Amino acid sequence: MRPAQGIGFIYLSLLAALLLTVTPVPFQFNLFRPDWVLLVLMYWTLALPRRVNIGTAFLMGLLTDVLVGTVLGVNALAFSVVSFVVAVNHLKIRNFSVIQQSLLMGLMLALYQLLLFWLSHFLTGVNFRPAYLWPVLTGMIVWPWLFWLLRRYRRQLKIQ
Amino acid sequence: MNDFFNRGPALGLRLVLAIACSVGLMFVDRYTESATQIRSLLTSAVGPLFYAASLPESLIAGASEQLMSQQQLLSENAQLKDRLLQQDVQLQLLSFLQQENDKLRALLGSAPVVQGQRLIAEVLAVYSHPFSHQVVLNKGSNDGVSVHQPIIDEKGVVGQIVSVGPTSSRALLISDNTHAISVRAERTGVRTVAEGLGQWDMLRVIHLPLSTDIREGDRLLTSGLDGRFPEGYPVAEVIQVIKDASQPFMTVHARPYASLDRIRHVLILWPGSQVEAVRQAEEEN
Repeated sequence: MRPAQGIGFIYLSLLAALLLTVTPVPFQFNLFRPDWVLLVLMYWTLALPRRVNIGTAFLMGLLTDVLVGTVLGVNALAFSVVSFVVAVNHLKIRNFSVIQQSLLMGLMLALYQLLLFWLSHFLTGVNFRPAYLWPVLTGMIVWPWLFWLLRRYRRQLKIQ
Repeated sequence: MNDFFNRGPALGLRLVLAIACSVGLMFVDRYTESATQIRSLLTSAVGPLFYAASLPESLIAGASEQLMSQQQLLSENAQLKDRLLQQDVQLQLLSFLQQENDKLRALLGSAPVVQGQRLIAEVLAVYSHPFSHQVVLNKGSNDGVSVHQPIIDEKGVVGQIVSVGPTSSRALLISDNTHAISVRAERTGVRTVAEGLGQWDMLRVIHLPLSTDIREGDRLLTSGLDGRFPEGYPVAEVIQVIKDASQPFMTVHARPYASLDRIRHVLILWPGSQVEAVRQAEEEN
């Protein structure tokens, strides 16, 4: 096992994703905001599953819960589950082309959204509207670019 | 693959641990009383993040103000002066009416309505997740803000404070799924409850029997019966009344007066009773 290197930079990218989650944007775009934290988290779980997996996912989920004001633990649970699925299958997912990966990430994002809805439905009684699934689509569109960007980031800074 | 995660517990075990922790947190947050304190603590911990996240927007706003032409500024200034003049005139009338109202109330022997204190706060972040309609304000316990204070804007009731940090606080909007507010119809005086639906532009008015006199266009004001919101502030306008004889209650929808989707500045209110309590405490000391 190679020694850990540049772990701080991983957290830096996650912090940037957290900031993007709460940056004010015009109201019309708010429903389309991709789940930045989860996307960045999934990239790192794919690239370095030894360094970033369920522990980091749980922590980031908790921070997201605090930032966006959902019931504490809802995002933490959903992030952990998605991160588990990605970590277990990381060797398979890595071999897919970017387009296939993007579709698969869409599936993961949908799983996350539905988990989130399901938990919130039990805890606070929210009603489902199809518009809640927009972030899945925008997340799929963003994924190839994010993947390319973060891979450059990882290689430039030699994060292992 | 056996030595895949050779440090710490295996992946499956980690998942079980994470799920157990999350479920515990959900339970504590939803069903125990200590949640408000935990929330306030966490809000203060992540306060700087909100300031950092709203930095680009405030920079752009600052730059666009710098670049405004003098002509524009002058015309805006003139407009504002006009509005101020009009409102001053209305205020003169208001103070007269208030005196008269106080006298009439004294004649009736009911307690006068106490004018509360106010504080202007700026919205740092709007989180419009469909499952939680909340805003983060730039005033906190250092400014004397406390939990459960109502907030309003120039058009109507916006929501109430749910957790407070030293320099920021978090407010739940009336459109949130978990929020309900006690209201009274202005025209008929019917008292009811308006609850949020998780939609910006709609509230649901609940438990109205089919025979209730309510129609589209009715103004709903706060009734003051919930003990949180002071009486008489506009909340919403009824936009839809559906009477279905097979249902026990009417389905009534209302649109909030406050434009919840684009709030920038809000007023935090100190209800009169609280101000009085503070005064009494000061006198006793």
